[in-house]
Amino acid sequence: MRRRELLLAILALIVTWQLLAWAVHSPVLPGPWAVFHAFVREIPRGLGWHFLVSGWRVIASIVVSVLTAAPAGLLLGQIPLLNRLFSPIVYIVYPIPKIVFLPIILLFLGIGNTSKVFIIFIILFFQILVVVRDQASALRPELIYSVRSLGAGRRALFRFVYLPATLPAALTALRISIGTAIAVLFFAESFATTSGLGYYIIVESWGRLAYPEMYAGVIAMSLLGLLLYFVVDGLERRLAPWMFVQ
Amino acid sequence: MIDAANLTFAYPDQPPIFEHFTWHAAAGEAWAVIGPSGCGKSTLLYLIAGLRQPQAGRLLVAGQPVPRPRASTGLILQDYGLLPWATVWENVALVMRMGRFYRGKPSAGVGPRPYPRADITAEQVDAWLTRLGIATVRDKYPSQISGGQRQRTAIARSLLQQPNLLLMDEPFSSLDALTREDLQRLTVELRQETGVTTVVVTHNIEEAVFLGRRILVLGQAPTTQARVIENAAVGSPNYRGHPAYWQKCAELRQQLAAAGEDKKARSPDATA
Repeated sequence: MRRRELLLAILALIVTWQLLAWAVHSPVLPGPWAVFHAFVREIPRGLGWHFLVSGWRVIASIVVSVLTAAPAGLLLGQIPLLNRLFSPIVYIVYPIPKIVFLPIILLFLGIGNTSKVFIIFIILFFQILVVVRDQASALRPELIYSVRSLGAGRRALFRFVYLPATLPAALTALRISIGTAIAVLFFAESFATTSGLGYYIIVESWGRLAYPEMYAGVIAMSLLGLLLYFVVDGLERRLAPWMFVQ
Repeated sequence: MIDAANLTFAYPDQPPIFEHFTWHAAAGEAWAVIGPSGCGKSTLLYLIAGLRQPQAGRLLVAGQPVPRPRASTGLILQDYGLLPWATVWENVALVMRMGRFYRGKPSAGVGPRPYPRADITAEQVDAWLTRLGIATVRDKYPSQISGGQRQRTAIARSLLQQPNLLLMDEPFSSLDALTREDLQRLTVELRQETGVTTVVVTHNIEEAVFLGRRILVLGQAPTTQARVIENAAVGSPNYRGHPAYWQKCAELRQQLAAAGEDKKARSPDATA
């Protein structure tokens, strides 16, 4: 059922695209068939490689940000003193559009992978931190008391309470910020680099007026976003089934 | 089972709740603790559970001090005690899962080893689910079942750890009247089946008289001495229908009022 609805949605998008292409009738908007051709042709000629590079950058950022922000959020949520200390900092830094730090990050970390991973990392870090912190501070003391009264020490509390309470929060934060992460990646890759989908779209295709290839790059970037979204969504359903019951 | 001698406890920057309080509960007894809100009845339970530490005096449970919770004390709270992300079965089996989690890991910290027993089996989990009538909802999450079923889950979880002391903090307060009476009867039955020492904290006179063989009456804080009402006729699931039950309720009501008056007379602002 869900799968059929998704396929229908994709079909509707393709049909709309084709109708628009016919209406516009310009090389700037090639039809889906031409783009599909370009996509398949370009995969072995570099597009596949750029896709892997971009994918690697996003996934590395995700892993680093989850591994740092989830424990930090847990600590802030469970230790009121720490939270009092850090919440003004988080409050000020959270709404700043981190992308504006890109020039500074490029100056410090160079134009390689590190700077791209880092810019996505600081965006995801604060998203995850805030959601996990709020989730952890919402944990009822009664729940902790009950589990402790069953003989739980610190390790069991972590395994049976803190981990299952915060992991879904981290995934939810990830799911809603993956779009931003990829948008930022696109921007960061569109200059001063020689690999990644952003580079492929802006420098290799758009700059050469190779429109079908440019659209193939756009499709690849969309697929990257969709794929990660599906993975996180699936993980969420698998690791936190209780959030999806009626 | 519980030995409090000269016990003093206060929350930080607050007047004491217990001052030189002495109280004894023998093994196998059924106790109810009643008093107005803020009198410290939940605090007393947390102290016995090892979740709070007295500032002065001595508190022994089964002859040992309780610097941290002991695995053979069960604790049932009014609400929020179940893991929302675990099914009924997983919640009840928590003791078993934690026992396996700790198997082979060395004990750390002071006091008797608090870790749950590692020898509890899945069959025992199933048996308690059946005994408490929640086998049909074993795969549901706490948010999907009724309040009564949730408390049955909490009771099953506590009894699975084979406690010799069962502490209940307002366990049935948020339930409707019929479910509440149902679970009170069940508590009496389970007590008779297991012989576990129980301490039920309640603000409800009828609940105290139905569940407590001996009733500890607390007045306004600080509590210094234990006022105890004997309730020898308790124990029958049909106790509620007896005249003795209603007499006892009337007596307890009087005692509660007296405890309140007494404290008012002693407090410094009584003349104002």
